[in-house]
Amino acid sequence: MAATNKEFRKRSARPPRVVWLPALVVALAMLMPLAYLVIRSLDSGWVEFFETVLDGGTLAVLANSIVLAAIVTSAAVAIAVPLAWLTARTDLPGRKTWAILAALPLVIPSYVGGFVLVSTLGPRGSLQGALEPLGVERLPEIYGLPGAAFALVLFTYPYVFLTTRAALRGLDPALEYASRSLGRGSWPTFFSVTLPQLRPAIVAGALLVALYTLADFGVVSLLQYDSFSRAIYLQYRSAFDRTPAAILALMLVALTAVILIIEARTRGRARYFQTSGAVRTPRPTPLGKWKIPALAFCGGIVSLGLFIPAGILVFWLVRGVSSGEPLRIVWGAAWSSVSVSAMAAAAALAALPVAILAVRFPGRASGLVERLTYVGYALPGIVLALAFVFFGANYAPWAYQTTGILVLAYVIHFLPQAVGATRSALLQIRPSVEEAAQSLGRSPLNVIATITAPLAQRGIFAGAALVFLTTMKELPATLLLSPIGFTTLATSVWNATSEAFFARAAAPALLLIIVCAVPMYFLVIREREK
Amino acid sequence: MRSIKLLMAMAMLVALAAFTAACGGTEEGGGGNGGRGDGGNGASEESAMEESMAEESGMEEEAASSGEAESLTVYSGRSAELIGPVIDQFIEESGMEVQVRYGDTAELAATILEEGENSPADIYFAQDAGALGAVAQEDLLTELPEEVLSPVEDRFNSPDGEWVGISGRARVVSYNTEALTEEELPDSILDFTDPEWEGRIGWAPTNGSLQAFVTALRITEGEDGAREWLEGIQANNPTVYEDNTTTLEATAAGEVDVGFVNHYYLFRALDEQGEGFGARNYYPRDGDVGALINVAGAGILQTSDNVEEAEQFLGYMVGEDAQQYFADETFEYPLVEGVETSDELVPLSEIETPEIDLSNLDDLEGTLELMEETGVL
Repeated sequence: MAATNKEFRKRSARPPRVVWLPALVVALAMLMPLAYLVIRSLDSGWVEFFETVLDGGTLAVLANSIVLAAIVTSAAVAIAVPLAWLTARTDLPGRKTWAILAALPLVIPSYVGGFVLVSTLGPRGSLQGALEPLGVERLPEIYGLPGAAFALVLFTYPYVFLTTRAALRGLDPALEYASRSLGRGSWPTFFSVTLPQLRPAIVAGALLVALYTLADFGVVSLLQYDSFSRAIYLQYRSAFDRTPAAILALMLVALTAVILIIEARTRGRARYFQTSGAVRTPRPTPLGKWKIPALAFCGGIVSLGLFIPAGILVFWLVRGVSSGEPLRIVWGAAWSSVSVSAMAAAAALAALPVAILAVRFPGRASGLVERLTYVGYALPGIVLALAFVFFGANYAPWAYQTTGILVLAYVIHFLPQAVGATRSALLQIRPSVEEAAQSLGRSPLNVIATITAPLAQRGIFAGAALVFLTTMKELPATLLLSPIGFTTLATSVWNATSEAFFARAAAPALLLIIVCAVPMYFLVIREREK
Repeated sequence: MRSIKLLMAMAMLVALAAFTAACGGTEEGGGGNGGRGDGGNGASEESAMEESMAEESGMEEEAASSGEAESLTVYSGRSAELIGPVIDQFIEESGMEVQVRYGDTAELAATILEEGENSPADIYFAQDAGALGAVAQEDLLTELPEEVLSPVEDRFNSPDGEWVGISGRARVVSYNTEALTEEELPDSILDFTDPEWEGRIGWAPTNGSLQAFVTALRITEGEDGAREWLEGIQANNPTVYEDNTTTLEATAAGEVDVGFVNHYYLFRALDEQGEGFGARNYYPRDGDVGALINVAGAGILQTSDNVEEAEQFLGYMVGEDAQQYFADETFEYPLVEGVETSDELVPLSEIETPEIDLSNLDDLEGTLELMEETGVL
């Protein structure tokens, strides 16, 4: 039987050192980019600071960004939750394959995805070309808000999909069975029993989507949406002025703080965990006559987010190769990408103490530590990279432009992805198991290593996978902070697209997608063993 | 099953400890060493080589302070696709070791500014004169010797001798060959404010080259003339694109009839997509600012310990071999006389360029303000 424990017990115990010390180190590391921004912002004094903050144009683009983030986040949730349920809980044919495919749009770098989208769905793009015989002269404009929102939803919904699906699989179905046996239909059961239990996971994913949208530059610039992150990049790119850029970035941090407060409210205070030791594998819900629409839904999303972009890349590759372009497969770059991404994923285990602190020892301080980890994620890559350039070159020249500082930058950038996933998994574990072990004399470290981590492994792995996948496509920090001469798949793609060599960009971009499919595959395969 | 869990837990704790050490910075080079060791284990030769290069770059700094180094570090805003081969040529001929960090021109400028005294770079190779101007303005570039500057016409160099022009690019109007013939295009770029071009223009206002063009316009036509032009184009509802590439692609696809771009993107598109490509270049006949030649150039950082080697590098870039490379491979304009250009390229001498001192193109701030005021940005 499962139980819902709605009232969280007040803990008198202080968190053990093995939890709070690493969590504190993580929090301090997160303060680094913030410190940089404050230093830069005040370069030209308070007057300029307030002039920039209160500028009408600045506030207008800030509003644009908020609108975009709200639309993208709601649409991503609306797509991802049904997708997660279909692939985790129903008899959808090929649902494991769908699960891998549906997560993959995440690995398509937004600068590639946006570009492909424009060349396909642009007013005179390839789709129009295909429709021309039917008399279609021009497609409606995709530039601006609709196009930017569309592209961002397609490339970010996997955040919600992955966290929600992980939660669904870790969910004890006993409560649902109880609801069904008491006569409730499948829909009321889903909405009143399943959905509330999924809320922490959905909110964790939605938060990542919202913050990603705020910080993304690739899509908004290609689809010409006047967003806040674009304003920040413009300062660097055309004005060579770091002060206004830093001030704008600080405003983004402030906006993030507001979003985190909203998130804390939506997260809900309810706690759900299983009482029985083993999670039962739920019976898949038969789809019946809904099978075809469900397949069409999955197929549509995966086509837009993965097949079409990948197909266009293949088309560019073939067109290039057939006109004499040599096919260059960059194995070296692929290996570099995989090795730094794996290091970042391993280092992202630093999320565990933060998540334990937040879940098991809720309070002001632990909440602050957890939320601080989102600072690095909410900042556009270039801002974070320059913070590390500043600190690295001036205070740690021995580490500057080494793999070490690069991985540190990745972790600070992407850690919240792991924190969110780990946190959702911890919420499903009943603390009494840990308490029992502790009362039997095990040390806190021993409890974490032998009980908490193994029980939360699904969330930990999902978090590490997210960090891995996003590191694979990371660009600005890689360009500025990597050891000199270091090339990854992402830098190879960038290198080619910056000069419009589509054919040359296609090969590394496709390799990037294929390499990322491997960890996704294992993530899904692992589930079968359980 | 139990042992697997144990193993996992142990691995996790090791990683955690490593992370803590890296963050705390207590263990000197801990993060860096761990990283390198891990990467170096790989099978790939290329990656192993890169790792060892990284190692050397660390050592090189120490060696540099004792004045023995022969390794150059270049921060390049021009991509490896463009200048990689010519740098390889230089390495082969000089026997020097050259390491290049590729990135966005402006982002690398910001990086150099952040690094300040501790910049590992010897040379900054930028896509446009404006970025070089911004770095020079902070007194971060040294004055170059005459033998580096003299092969290049003065109008393509910094007037203070802080950077040298290496290759040139012309601003052109790309036009869709189905919609228009060259004869139908106006003599001057200034005429595109005519209402007949309503809805037919594509441009990329955030692109550095276009901004450089507007800066030039402010110089030749005055502040008011530039404003008038921007307002006139804006009144024609131009389609805004991200950069030259997308603008050209859109022109070829017929999304717009004309686009304001750099000349060489066309040749790359022709190379990749064949002669059927739907757009061609047009050089406004009037010899006004529409046919501006902007340059990519490079300077040597004040903090460089390898000034002599860096000068040798720049000397090579303005030498015959490198200039020939730019003419043949990137379809840019060589800036040194006596280099043969490809037939496909309208010769530099035939383009009537406006008389503008390129060093004046560093007032981007004024240009941005004007573009913002007119609602273009």
